[in-house]
Amino acid sequence: MPEAPSHEITFAQAVREGFEQAMEQDQNVIVIGEGVPDPKAIFTTTSGLREKFGHRRVFDMPLSENGLTGVCIGAALQGIRPVLVHQRIDFALLSMDQLVNNAAKWHYMFDGKASVPLVVRMIVGRGWGQGPQHSQSLQSMFAQVPGMKVVMPTTGYDAKGMLIAAIKDDNPVLIIEHRWLHQIKDVVPLGPYDAPLHKAKVLHEGSDVTVAAFSYMTVEALVAAKALLSTMGVSIEVIDMRSVRPLDTETVLSSVKKTGRLIVADTAFRTGSIAGEVIAQIVEKGFNALKAKPVRIASPDFPAPTSQYMSEHYYPDARTIAEAVIDLVEGPRSTGGYAQLKIDIHPRGRHDTPNQEFTGPF
Amino acid sequence: MTDTSPSQLFRSMLRIRRIEEALAERYTEQEMRCPMHLCIGQEAIAVGVCASLKREDLVYSNHRAHGHYLAKGGNLNAMIAELYGRASGCCGGRGGSMHMIDMDVGFMGATPIVGGTVPLAVGTAWACALKDTGQVTVVFFGDGCFEEGVVHESLNFAALHRLPILFVCENNNFSVYTRREERQPDRPIHLLAGAHGITAYSGNGNDVQEVLNASRRAVESIRSGHGPQFLEFHTYRWREHCGPNFDDQLGYRSKQEIEAGMNDCPIANYVEKINFKNTSITQQEAEIRAEITAAFEFALSSQTPTIKDAEGKVYA
Repeated sequence: MPEAPSHEITFAQAVREGFEQAMEQDQNVIVIGEGVPDPKAIFTTTSGLREKFGHRRVFDMPLSENGLTGVCIGAALQGIRPVLVHQRIDFALLSMDQLVNNAAKWHYMFDGKASVPLVVRMIVGRGWGQGPQHSQSLQSMFAQVPGMKVVMPTTGYDAKGMLIAAIKDDNPVLIIEHRWLHQIKDVVPLGPYDAPLHKAKVLHEGSDVTVAAFSYMTVEALVAAKALLSTMGVSIEVIDMRSVRPLDTETVLSSVKKTGRLIVADTAFRTGSIAGEVIAQIVEKGFNALKAKPVRIASPDFPAPTSQYMSEHYYPDARTIAEAVIDLVEGPRSTGGYAQLKIDIHPRGRHDTPNQEFTGPF
Repeated sequence: MTDTSPSQLFRSMLRIRRIEEALAERYTEQEMRCPMHLCIGQEAIAVGVCASLKREDLVYSNHRAHGHYLAKGGNLNAMIAELYGRASGCCGGRGGSMHMIDMDVGFMGATPIVGGTVPLAVGTAWACALKDTGQVTVVFFGDGCFEEGVVHESLNFAALHRLPILFVCENNNFSVYTRREERQPDRPIHLLAGAHGITAYSGNGNDVQEVLNASRRAVESIRSGHGPQFLEFHTYRWREHCGPNFDDQLGYRSKQEIEAGMNDCPIANYVEKINFKNTSITQQEAEIRAEITAAFEFALSSQTPTIKDAEGKVYA
């Protein structure tokens, strides 16, 4: 099959392109959220949509997260396909009642008589002093409830394809985007396409350790993978989990059968994180394939502080992953290779900005 | 056109009353194993409001939904079967009394989180406006709703976009067993809606003709593009908050108050007002009784679902 024509654009541009094409394809698609049509346009992901599709389809909203979530559910029940945007995932907590009690349950509790084709985009706002209420990764809270799909695209390709697929899906789909992915580039097909909402993807093949990563942690895992291979000859397989519910642990299990070692890198708080769920499932399904104890890499169990002096070392990164890999393979730390690795993965720039070792494309 | 003749209004109220009385009677058999909130004493609001609507208009309700469901034309067999947890119930047994739905007659759904369906109704009205369908959406809720933030968020949005929605507040003065005086300052509920820029009216919810007249005016105004309307109707709940019984013994309301409430019966009031003939009443009673008996037979002879049925339909 010939390759579809594509271009190299950022994650943010890919989201914007996905919106434009989904809205062209279906008149019932509506975009609503605090700041959607404002000059900053949700980190440029919604720029120009109001100019192109008009006031009826591109909306700002009153500061009423729960009410407007319910309004979008009611509109979805009547054939509209709303996309609700929360500029910070932390504000989505205000809409938890409507998401959990209504959006996730409507199809089930009314015996499949109606469904809620709602998309909610939630953005994780890590970095540069975002602090305790502007930088949380709450995917496991949302994913705990049956009836909602929860996805976390990492690549520009998935950002566009998953948005289009989510809009077409008849269920409520939450898209959790990490702010630090927005400027990373990827090769993205020009036309509209669907990316799966239920499937993990191997982004870097390897044979020694499996690293199953969520969202931005995939970027850190790729940086670690490249450096580990070139400096110490340790080969890690990086899986971009992409979806939180449903959780594709089959892809992880196949990889663990090959490597025998598992690290799960999550952006969330450690306790109750989805990383723990991945490990639980792999232990249940593939205990005998494991040569070593699985490892969880996640944020510490205290809120993210604002001060740059306190936030340094708060978040795990490529270094955390690389050290965990070396522990698992019982690799040497006295060699020149290890010294070089430490140089290669030492962050350039400040700790509260995205990793400059990888700017794309994937 | 909806039949709004006196005999039809009377029949519709009587039917709701008799169905709920039959439910109360059978509830003690422990076969309907779900919380049940009866609307006995409040029938005039459901009947008067729904009589002002067309079949294609849309209705949402709350935990006390039987009257609204029946008044909008909801299927009785499916309702009783739902209470018995049978596969033929309107939610296939997944919902029980607090989750009524009959989309064939525009009854969009009812749920028990107080205020939860109010934004959904607004969203449905919003969709109807966007698609220019001409449908009016109605949402029923109680006085307790006015303590929920989501209701004010919904009123704000509906007023802002002048949506085709009718808000109907059934003010029975109780949230479970707590009086409104303990929950809200002394101010009329409908004025809160007015403060959101919505035309609001307050009236006697035990007078079906008054309810119908007010609803007709409101629905006509909505249809001519004047935006949302709000109706507050005062009424009285005869039985306990949840369950089939009277609850005089709890002591949260006085005997005199209960008697006064029951003396203001919307059905007896109406019979007196329209001077209905006894023979006609007897005939309607007999027809309704036969319908109820058949509905219970349908429910009890319907298939019982299993855990296998429960696993499905999580995703569309």
